[in-house]
Amino acid sequence: MTALAALLAGLLFGTGLLLSGMTDPANVLGFLDFAGDWRPGLAWTMAGAIAVAGPAFAVVRHHGRSLRGLGLRTTDRLTIDRSLLLGSAVFGIGWGLSGICPGPAVILLANGVPGASIFAISLIVGIYAADSFAAGLPHDGDSVDDLDGPTDDSEQRAASCG
Amino acid sequence: MSTALVPAWQSPAGGALIGAGAAVLVLSNGRTAGISGILDKLLHGTVGVQAWRLAFIAGLLLPAVIAGPTLAGVVSSPEVLAISGILVGYGSRVGGGCTSGHGICGVANLSPRSLAATATFLVFATLTVALRHALVSA
Repeated sequence: MTALAALLAGLLFGTGLLLSGMTDPANVLGFLDFAGDWRPGLAWTMAGAIAVAGPAFAVVRHHGRSLRGLGLRTTDRLTIDRSLLLGSAVFGIGWGLSGICPGPAVILLANGVPGASIFAISLIVGIYAADSFAAGLPHDGDSVDDLDGPTDDSEQRAASCG
Repeated sequence: MSTALVPAWQSPAGGALIGAGAAVLVLSNGRTAGISGILDKLLHGTVGVQAWRLAFIAGLLLPAVIAGPTLAGVVSSPEVLAISGILVGYGSRVGGGCTSGHGICGVANLSPRSLAATATFLVFATLTVALRHALVSA
């Protein structure tokens, strides 16, 4: 059930990325071009996504667990530290260079778009670099999507429910 | 403003589908649809706890595979793609999230942490685009 729900979630997410124009790097760069030839479309994409996901997160946040009783794995909503801001700044520069972020990157790769493999390989290099360097850095705060942390026992439990 | 590359209705409609995907994942599994985090965990694979991540990525990719070779291509040189990919990968892990985890899920979850991350990467992305234009036209 856990995997089936994740498959459905991925299908919706992937279809939405395609439909919205998030997987079109020129469209993304146009959205980021405030001072120039601005294409506002993706602001509506973000608004639409947040409008739909917001109530779902509110329900799970207030309930403390998912509708199937699984623990909510978004532990840290508050910590704003140096690594958050530094990492997000670096991410923003990279995103602004190509108009590609991780979701669209794997979609472009799967679609066989020329050049997508260069980005994807570099993405993996960057992820590994962060993980090896970050090992030596104080890792303050939990990540919004780094949800396993030190409590993998509850992940085992969650997985066994699936 | 320029001619839209994407029909206007598709932007919010696609957004609603993205939001629905994030909603299904959190309502059912209590999980955040943060793609950089999911990829990171898959790359550091721990056997036995990855099924939902593999299923999510399979679902994410399926529409693009079915769609066939119809997607718009990259608009950057191989060198820029390489640098960009490294920065995106590195930054998303150090910052603990990307456009999906912070920008959609975290903001939808009213997380001050994700709001700060999203504001930061939007500012730096727009500055990068503006700076490149300034350098090109200079």
